[in-house]
Amino acid sequence: MQDTILEARHIVKEFHDPVTVQVLTDITFKITKGEFVSVIGKSGCGKSTLLYILSTMDTDYKGELLIDQELMTGRSDVELARIRNEKIGFVFQFHYLLNEFSVIRNVMLPGLKLGRYSEQEVEHRALEKLKMLGIDHLATKEAYRISGGEKQRVAIARALINDPHIVMGDEPTGNLDTKNSEMVFEIFHELADVHNQTLLIVTHDQGFAERSGRIIEMEDGRIIRH
Amino acid sequence: MNAKLIFGIAKSLLLARLGQTLVAAVGVTFSIAMFITLLSFMNGLNDLLDGLILNRTPHVRLYNEIKPSEDQPINSAAAFKDSYNFISSIKSGISRQEIYNSGPILQAVKNDPRVLGATPKVTTQVFFNEGTIDITGVINGVDVEEEMRLFKFRDYVTAGNAINAKNVANSIILGKGLADILAADIGDVVQVTTVQGERFPLKVVGYFQSGIQEIDKVQSYASIVTAQKLMGKPANYITDIQVKLYDLAMAPAVAQEYRQKFNIDAEDIQTANSQFETGSNVRSIISYAVGITLLIVAGFGIFNILNMMIYEKMDSIAILKATGFSGRDVNSVFLVIALSIGFFGGMVGLLFGFIFSVIIDNIPFVTAALPTVKTYPVNYSPIFYFIGGFFSLITTYFAGFFPARKASRVDPVEIIRGK
Ligand SMILES: Nc1ncnc2c1ncn2[C@@H]1O[C@H](COP(=O)(O)OP(=O)(O)OP(=O)(O)O)[C@@H](O)[C@H]1O
Ligand SMILES: [Mg+2]
Repeated sequence: MQDTILEARHIVKEFHDPVTVQVLTDITFKITKGEFVSVIGKSGCGKSTLLYILSTMDTDYKGELLIDQELMTGRSDVELARIRNEKIGFVFQFHYLLNEFSVIRNVMLPGLKLGRYSEQEVEHRALEKLKMLGIDHLATKEAYRISGGEKQRVAIARALINDPHIVMGDEPTGNLDTKNSEMVFEIFHELADVHNQTLLIVTHDQGFAERSGRIIEMEDGRIIRH
Repeated sequence: MNAKLIFGIAKSLLLARLGQTLVAAVGVTFSIAMFITLLSFMNGLNDLLDGLILNRTPHVRLYNEIKPSEDQPINSAAAFKDSYNFISSIKSGISRQEIYNSGPILQAVKNDPRVLGATPKVTTQVFFNEGTIDITGVINGVDVEEEMRLFKFRDYVTAGNAINAKNVANSIILGKGLADILAADIGDVVQVTTVQGERFPLKVVGYFQSGIQEIDKVQSYASIVTAQKLMGKPANYITDIQVKLYDLAMAPAVAQEYRQKFNIDAEDIQTANSQFETGSNVRSIISYAVGITLLIVAGFGIFNILNMMIYEKMDSIAILKATGFSGRDVNSVFLVIALSIGFFGGMVGLLFGFIFSVIIDNIPFVTAALPTVKTYPVNYSPIFYFIGGFFSLITTYFAGFFPARKASRVDPVEIIRGK
């Protein structure tokens, strides 16, 4: 019996503006520890919407969400922020980094917020993560002075700083060229294989999906394969 | 730990927009500086104008007013007890201006713990003889040392030495206006005719300038002994007792009490000079109103700049929230930003306010009416600085309140999806 990291139970999402449309219908699935899951489906089928719910940022849905076997549904803003901080890492397609901070500071911020380690330790850990991703030489640079591919790797390092239970990504390679996409994919693979990191990645890239451990395919707000 | 992080983030956001931050801070600085300068100057003026009268005026004055007796004999007559008596053309009886029993009263007043000091005074009308013309004047016989201690007498003696009025026998300090009319220089002797018709030579030992021309044209000062001699009265003859209290506000109550206790007339300073308080209050209200208006304008500046900053930083706010910062954290970040603008802007404003006050304090302001004043008056009361600092924080807090709340309510999903 393997540990369940994330579980969705009959999740339904409707938008009411201007008319009620049901975007997600009865989504039910589980992800166990160490799995590398990719979510695919046509544009507009509700992948992003689902990911926002699973990441606890969107709380306006029906059904139940469990992370680390604890019920997330109905919790307060402060509690959910704390859970996101501690248990979930994010990689977005566009929104990368805080431009007011250096690279290393960007990686450190969620760690400082968690406050599990001292500032020096957080810095040390951040440097380790950067080194693992091969970008430790950028540590002191301003966040807006590095390339897109580098930014995405910094974002991954930031997602990993608190050793999250699960890393989620919404088309993290969608805005990168082939070479950089390949590099990011390699990183995810290594995280899954070597570090037993659980990953849930939304992607349009069929090749990417096929090389991951498991594919969840969606169509019109339903899961048709998992 | 969390507070340090919040401050760190606020600082980075501020420094990233240094230009805007400075503009906002300069707004606060300007209004606080104006606030301080205005209040210091206005209150300096208030003190000066009040001082013109209040320094020279006893808080409570004890005297005997010449007036008809309230109790006419007919009212005590048994035969007319139940009737209503009409009496016309009542005259004052043989009442004296002198305070009866003045020695013990003076001693009792001096022993009152609320009293800073009490000094006797004899006032008499005289004629100054200038050739063939007689000029009416008033001689105030005072205890020169006490008068200097309690009523800043020395400040008003612009030429000559005040203490000479006591040390030189048969001497007088003339009002400047009066001295000009008499063409009397210091060291000259002026002739005085008393009400009783006797002539006296008095030596001029100084000029006195109150700042109010009308007073300077009639008033003059002599030692109490000289005045008593002039009137042919004994040493216990006193017409006024001037009382100075520690707390001016208590004057009406003390006057009331003395009136009953000593069976004497007592006038308090508030009744005697009510118009001055009104003027001071109006000036204070105006300066507070102007200062606070300036601050509110500065507050709107901060409000705008924070709002703009929040629109610019939407992405950053979304990322902070996505990576585990709660709405409350974001709220704190923006409040800290607002309050630091208020704090630093305000501190510099206080400093500038002080500098401006010092500058005003050094601008020459010479007027014949105000002998002791050489430069514009400024009141450096620390209370203005407390109020200024306090208000700068309050205004910036309110200016930051709504933008910060807006920032804390940013929905990261909306921002991230919007791209
Ligand atoms: N705020 C909203 N109000 C109304 N409808 C919305 C809103 N946001 C998204 N939708 C709708 O929900 C559906 C799912 O959108 P979602 O962004 O989840 O699709 P997606 O699978 O991520 O597509 P893509 O692959 O293009 O990113 C779409 O039809 C979209 O029009
Ligand atoms: Mg999408």
